[in-house]
Amino acid sequence: MQYYLLIPFLPFAAFIINILFGRKIIKDNAHWVSTLAVAGSWIVSVMTLMDVLSGLSVNQNLYTWMLSGNFKVSVGFLIDQLTAVMLIVVTTCSTLIHIYSIGYMHGDKGYYRFFSYLSLFTFCMLMLVMANNFLQLYFGWEGVGLCSYFLIGYYFDKKSASDAGKKAFIVNRFGDFGFGIGIFMIFITFGTTYYDEVFSQAAGHALTRVNFLGFDVHLMTLIALLLFCGSIGKSAQMPLHVWLPDAMEGPTPVSALIHAATMVTAGVFLVARCNPIFSLSETALIVVAMTGAITSLFAATIGLVQNDLKRIIAYSTVSQLGYMFLACGVGAYTAGVFHLYTHAFFKALLFLCAGSVMHAMGGELNIQKMGSLKKFMPITYWTMLLASLSIAGVPGLAGFFSKDEILWLAYSGASPVGKIVWAMGTLVAFLTAFYSFRLIFLTFHGRFRGTHEQEHHLHESPKTMTVPLMILCVGAVASGWVGIPHLVGGGAHFTEFMKPVLGHAEGHGTHAEEWMVMAISVAVGFSGIGLAYFMYVLRPELPGIVTQRFLAVHKVLFNKYYIDELYSFLIIRPTIWVAKNVLIGVTDARVIEAIVNGVPSAIGGFSRQLRKMQTGLLHNYATITAMGIFIIAAVMLLRNW
Amino acid sequence: MVPLNWYLILSAAVFSIGVFGFLTRRNIIIMFMSLELMLNAVNISLVAFSHYLQDLRGHVLVFFIITVAAAEASIGLAIIIALFKNKNTVHVDEMNEMKG
Repeated sequence: MQYYLLIPFLPFAAFIINILFGRKIIKDNAHWVSTLAVAGSWIVSVMTLMDVLSGLSVNQNLYTWMLSGNFKVSVGFLIDQLTAVMLIVVTTCSTLIHIYSIGYMHGDKGYYRFFSYLSLFTFCMLMLVMANNFLQLYFGWEGVGLCSYFLIGYYFDKKSASDAGKKAFIVNRFGDFGFGIGIFMIFITFGTTYYDEVFSQAAGHALTRVNFLGFDVHLMTLIALLLFCGSIGKSAQMPLHVWLPDAMEGPTPVSALIHAATMVTAGVFLVARCNPIFSLSETALIVVAMTGAITSLFAATIGLVQNDLKRIIAYSTVSQLGYMFLACGVGAYTAGVFHLYTHAFFKALLFLCAGSVMHAMGGELNIQKMGSLKKFMPITYWTMLLASLSIAGVPGLAGFFSKDEILWLAYSGASPVGKIVWAMGTLVAFLTAFYSFRLIFLTFHGRFRGTHEQEHHLHESPKTMTVPLMILCVGAVASGWVGIPHLVGGGAHFTEFMKPVLGHAEGHGTHAEEWMVMAISVAVGFSGIGLAYFMYVLRPELPGIVTQRFLAVHKVLFNKYYIDELYSFLIIRPTIWVAKNVLIGVTDARVIEAIVNGVPSAIGGFSRQLRKMQTGLLHNYATITAMGIFIIAAVMLLRNW
Repeated sequence: MVPLNWYLILSAAVFSIGVFGFLTRRNIIIMFMSLELMLNAVNISLVAFSHYLQDLRGHVLVFFIITVAAAEASIGLAIIIALFKNKNTVHVDEMNEMKG
């Protein structure tokens, strides 16, 4: 019994049921269909994980999707250690966020639509992680992108939301273009798109060079970088990170599920899945590591000065995704996936807490207008505090173990940029702790800075929202305990578990160095928290003074390094200019319309001449018929002569 | 014994008269009669060949043609009567409603 097939197809069935019958029949009961389906997927995923732990591994083709010459693609499933972990991450977060949405989206007029998209998203994401070939991966990849577009623009009557949806979709096209070419290159090189065949042959091409657009390039570097293009877009890395903060226009559960826990980590998953290809190219790994490190630092600095509750967390997500790429880039794929797994819990939790705060504040997002929420919403406060402690890397919590493993492997690994990215990563750890606690202190401490009306309205969220918070909080605290390093007496089970798929990155260093790296990361974490406490609780007038002192820096950071303005100037406006003046003005008006109008008028003119033949007189027709017969008879006679 | 050729010449002559009549006359009833002449010319040659080849299939074909011609004549005459009632003429040059 291939029970694991239920994992993707339960949410798909829920999607079909909700989209067909949601509007008229199911209406406000849509959550039952979707939530039960995804909970079913979760149960089956846990069973699958148990099987994988006891040594099962599946690589099975379900049926042939397309067959053309030697190009064969199946819908197939690969279940190994990496897939099992991703399944747990996706279905756990998805289930909890479905439950949370019941409370959060209550009374919304598109209730059934929301849940059907959520189910479709879960289906696509599961197809993505369970694929056994690149094309099915691509299917899931585009599917989640599409759902992301639907859900960002969920409040489509709001212009900013529909614009944000378009932006996310279009920016992703840039990355997916490279990703698509990457898959073509894989097919050209290996003649197949199945993972097992590609990865087993990859080593044989370690030295191959090809001519690409006139340049002589190393084949594996090329393929790895093209695949990484897709990752950059999907995981919002520099320079395609601009869509993710805007994606916060969507409902908060969507931000938590798609733009924090699951979809955006697909890029990291891709790099980890393709590690046999990436490992063959040092250049590609350096690019991955540096992109990750730079993005991480860049997003963290922006996060320092933003005032929008959800955007701060969004920049934090971009920054943490950079961390994961940093890990993959230094060859520590297990550490990257480990961080992906712990990050999913604490970041989903942060977003859901933000949603809970928004719920209480009547949709207010500006943290400067909050404060003292601690006493009104204790559950939200404590869960969000634990999530922030986890992301800040406080020892014992999930974020600490994964972050420490990344920093240690960056410091001690064989990568030529290891030390640089370690330094950047450590700096980011400091910034992360600072902005996370700036958020906490401004939101929950001090005095309330909103309107009286809002203050009167403050309340803790309903049970359907707080229970998922508490469950995720357990994950944010405890999910790291499966990967406690040997150094502090743990078993590093996660690394061992992942070894068959992701290999094992060796750290070359003494125990003393390892203690030092850990001590530094803990120290910067605590100093970040301490600085935030000092600036926002003890001396609340300080931030204003600092801002005044460094006005120019603050302005640049507040405006996100003017990246959006730069793109608008470099890409968007020239594109619109070309569209208006060339495409509409010349191509459309002079070429296409000339053809479109010219063909009918030519046919019309010809017809006007031809019409004259039709006299309506019987004799003319009879004469022509007779002449025709004579000519045919004459031809036949003469030919036989 | 009349040789085959004579029948064929007769058939060709009758057929040509039919074609000539159809093309030159303007009275629709005359044209209709010319049409019948052409059909019967074909019948003559079919019967002649049938006899010459000692094969009855030619005869069978002729019976079919006669049947069809009868049907055609009844429908054709009905159309001509309908036309005459409408246009009060049997002159085909005045029937050019189908001019493009």
